[in-house]
Amino acid sequence: MTTLAELIIVAVILLNLSLAASGSLATCIRLAAAQGVIAALLPLLAGHGVPSGTIVFCCAVILLKGAIFPWLLTRARVKANVSRDAEPVIGYPASIILCLGAFAASSWLGTRLPLPETARVAWIVPASLSTIFTGFLLLTTRGKAITQVLGYLVIENGIYIFGLALFVEQPLMVEMAILLDVFVAVFVMGITIFHISREFDHIDTAELSQLGDWYPKQSGGEK
Amino acid sequence: MTRPLIQYFLALVLAPLLPGIINRVKAFFGGRRGVPILQLYFDLYKLVHKTPVYSRTTTWLFRAGPVIGLAAMLCVLALLPFGGRPSFLSFEGDLILLVYLLGVARLATVLAALDTGSSFEGMGASREVQFAVFAEPAFFLALAALARGGGGLSLSGIFSNLTPAAWLTASPVLTLVTASLFIVFLAENSRVPVDDPNTHLELTMIHEVMVLDHSGPDLAFIFYGAALKLWALGSLIACVILPRHYGSWLVDSGAFILAMFFIAAAVGVVESVMGRLRLLKVPYLLMTALTFSILALIFQAGR
Repeated sequence: MTTLAELIIVAVILLNLSLAASGSLATCIRLAAAQGVIAALLPLLAGHGVPSGTIVFCCAVILLKGAIFPWLLTRARVKANVSRDAEPVIGYPASIILCLGAFAASSWLGTRLPLPETARVAWIVPASLSTIFTGFLLLTTRGKAITQVLGYLVIENGIYIFGLALFVEQPLMVEMAILLDVFVAVFVMGITIFHISREFDHIDTAELSQLGDWYPKQSGGEK
Repeated sequence: MTRPLIQYFLALVLAPLLPGIINRVKAFFGGRRGVPILQLYFDLYKLVHKTPVYSRTTTWLFRAGPVIGLAAMLCVLALLPFGGRPSFLSFEGDLILLVYLLGVARLATVLAALDTGSSFEGMGASREVQFAVFAEPAFFLALAALARGGGGLSLSGIFSNLTPAAWLTASPVLTLVTASLFIVFLAENSRVPVDDPNTHLELTMIHEVMVLDHSGPDLAFIFYGAALKLWALGSLIACVILPRHYGSWLVDSGAFILAMFFIAAAVGVVESVMGRLRLLKVPYLLMTALTFSILALIFQAGR
């Protein structure tokens, strides 16, 4: 069972790297969804006796991350009429190297971090830290509003995996609340992306750098 | 002492069978009967009896290329274990020698290609070296990840240490290493996603274009060296995916040879179901292999 969990961890890390390397938005959405589903399987494998509450919780996570989020994001992508690719600020090889470096650094950090004696599978902490880093990478270096949402989702995946390392029992209420937050956030962001694209004919974040209310003051009152 | 020698000669004799199997599988997928499975033996026999033709612009480098390449491959094969059994030349640190011998063979081929002064061969040489920049670290780090698992720096030691129990405890590492080795195997032997061995358009060839000017026994050396390289890199994969040893030498060797044929068939399937990548995309594929190797090494180191 532990070996299976380790295989899942490896899959999560490989998905991180492919997220960093893939250029098309549709692929990125699918990869992030796959990562969420795979990460949701982890609590079922890590323990010995799996309580039924955990199974229900995992099913909810899989449904939300595997079906509803990709559907919402794909709808936002289609409605916003994004034809072009993710347009990274830095190249794909550089992204991959950064991700690998982040994984190396987080495996070093994982050995240094004092954790309660509950981490049943090795590599959970490095995997979660590098997933969070990949999320930040997507947030900062990709130029589309949808990839910002994707980066946020990937960070959430990382935090979810990190939670597995910290808790013996899944605190269901906490996780459920986080899931609800994420759901609402993705929902709202989907609508926002749609409105941005209708207002400006693009969702390029590089051009969304100035607030409209400030702009006249700044240009006019340059003292 | 005799058994390692028999293993060595078995590898030397059976290696030209692998391209035949690959061609047969491809022909099967294409709905053809294909060339005879022993075609490479016939070709080699024919080529050895021909008189080589040398261009007046070439020097001794051009003649030395195939000989050095084949000699390096013969040495490589002498280092490799056969079905988990040690080779007769194994020593501590031989995996480093293995990587450098492959490098020497590449250098000899590239120098011979550049020596002809043909611009096409120069292009092929440039591509070969460019892809090697990515493939060699991937190969070396995959071997390092295996060595880290125990058995020291000797290939025979590593693979005799690799048991079914290792697959149970370290399956993520071994899966990553196998994937990385398979990509390197395809790239180094200029098989389909990287290079198309059937193509005869100089602009797109990589390995084939470098040997355009060779003829007669020199070409036979090159073909035979390529078959040996196919066997050598394939046998590393076979050793990883076939960790079980039954104790009987005959059964082990038989299983190993079957695994080699299986890998050749897998190459044939890969070549049948996908086309070659665009030249610009090939470094990405090799970088994937490098990534797999680095991940395997990190996992193995933290184990």
